[in-house]
Amino acid sequence: MTTTLKRSPVATTLLLLGAAYCLLPVLWVLIASSKSASELFSTFTLAPSTHLFDNLVDLAGYRDGLYWRWMGNTVIYAGVGAAVSTLISAMAGYALAKFEFRGKATVFNIILAGVLVPGVILAIPQYLLLAKLGMTNTYWAVLLPSFISPYGIYLARIFAAAAVPTEILEASRIDGSGEWRTFGTVVLPMMRTGLVTVFLFQFVAIWNNFMLPYIMLGDDKLYPLTVGLNGLLNQGANQPSMYTSVVTGALVSIIPLIALFLTLQRYWQVDLAAGGVKA
Amino acid sequence: MSLTTTAPRKTAAAPTAAPRRRTGKKAGTPYAFLAPALILFTAFLAAPIVYAGYLSLRKVKVSGLGLGAKSRTEIWAGFDNYARSLSDPDFLPSVYRVGAYGLIVVPTMLGLALLFALLLDANRTRETIGKFARISIFLPYAVPAVVASLLWGFLYLPRVSPINDAIEALGFTAPNLLSSDLTMWAVANIAVWGGTGFNMIVIYTALRAVPTSLYESARIDGASELAIAWRIKIPIVMPSLVMTFVFSLIATLQVFAEPMTLRPLANTISTTWTPLMKVYRDAFARNDLYAAAATSVIIALATFILSFGFLKLVGRRAFNQED
Repeated sequence: MTTTLKRSPVATTLLLLGAAYCLLPVLWVLIASSKSASELFSTFTLAPSTHLFDNLVDLAGYRDGLYWRWMGNTVIYAGVGAAVSTLISAMAGYALAKFEFRGKATVFNIILAGVLVPGVILAIPQYLLLAKLGMTNTYWAVLLPSFISPYGIYLARIFAAAAVPTEILEASRIDGSGEWRTFGTVVLPMMRTGLVTVFLFQFVAIWNNFMLPYIMLGDDKLYPLTVGLNGLLNQGANQPSMYTSVVTGALVSIIPLIALFLTLQRYWQVDLAAGGVKA
Repeated sequence: MSLTTTAPRKTAAAPTAAPRRRTGKKAGTPYAFLAPALILFTAFLAAPIVYAGYLSLRKVKVSGLGLGAKSRTEIWAGFDNYARSLSDPDFLPSVYRVGAYGLIVVPTMLGLALLFALLLDANRTRETIGKFARISIFLPYAVPAVVASLLWGFLYLPRVSPINDAIEALGFTAPNLLSSDLTMWAVANIAVWGGTGFNMIVIYTALRAVPTSLYESARIDGASELAIAWRIKIPIVMPSLVMTFVFSLIATLQVFAEPMTLRPLANTISTTWTPLMKVYRDAFARNDLYAAAATSVIIALATFILSFGFLKLVGRRAFNQED
């Protein structure tokens, strides 16, 4: 261990520099949202002020609380989308890991190819198809495409293979439990840790998504935060007084995700190549 | 490591699965479990791809003055849209831009991710600093690209930037990161900032799977920390690096949110700054769905060729299919 200790000042410095680089914008938004519109561009960047509360009131008052609606929409899109997609991935992953059936290899290979399809490129044809069904500019337009996650299915398959012993399935079948009951009462609880990971990945992906809702939605009451904030910033280009709301909105928007992410840290340790979770 | 441990499990399970009599297990069960996934996959992945392919081969024929209901009909276009898309004066520059952007982002991001992962791993004993650094570097993953671009966008503004203040305090002229020469770097920095932490965690997870006794014996044999990193650790994390590379490549080709968000702050970003932005402009600003579809297909094909080509080149299977 002497070698490690001897080397650590350089390592520590580099790690702290990395941390500083990553924290700089977060620190900035924390300070900037305490400034009034006139202070934002006139006072020293990293000098805090006292207007955080006023800014929050302004943000909340913007068009009768539209911002909170965006926040609510984002929670719906990410929460419902991730929950449904996790359940669908769990079912499919379990079937692929624990059953032998005709076409299994083909299905799995198609899903693997789906992992490599750039989701964003699908957005325009998805828009056109949903437009034909009259579903654009509804919650469904953002929710439905997020229900399917090839990567989630791939991960779920690995978790099912690793966490669900075949003997237990056999035992539960002999006891006369139906396939769906076995899935609900035996399989799902065993896959829990892995499924939390699938859920988190999908949750963050939907929360951060921009292009899909940007294309699908016209009514700003349906916007998630990303699209809403982008619109606010565009307005700010003409009305610089909007910038304080943009900055405060950006701060408020990252708080829930940072909280989620700090509480559930251990679930993020995913080995992409092996598909395992190291809890 | 998990690659080798999961492999034998298959051989153990397969023989019991094949000849097993149906103990109350219906043949339709796996299909029932797969049904929702397959239906959604068909509707939202396969169908859009086929539809984009179809649209890319169509065009609108306007007859007469183009005013009557029947005057606009959709007809077969062959590869016209592709020819049009490839020869569009905005297309090639956007491809070069995304290429240059990728050449900056991917090596920088993965290099930093690997460096930080190795440093964290070497510093396993120093829990506090390691934990603080790990969380801080991973934190940007929780910040949506739109918000990240917005924050950095303000930080780039010469009037706001603390970096510019620092440079000017030293008596130099500060560069304007939103000027046309530097926009590329400004956008690339946002992607590096947002992606390094996630990739670092993936690589770090792979490193944690290695028993420390392996390093101890290497040290006893007189290997330096650098030699251990180069000869043992990097080869161990190679499969993870391959995967992070492929995912970064796919993400790079679809860069959209960052430049779209920076546009109001930087007038140097055109509406066709990246290929995907051109797709968006063609589809929604020009209402030319056919050109948009053709460009989408080109981007999708390029992504596929690049990612599969790379996986073939490194000769590793992308995904662990055997468990």
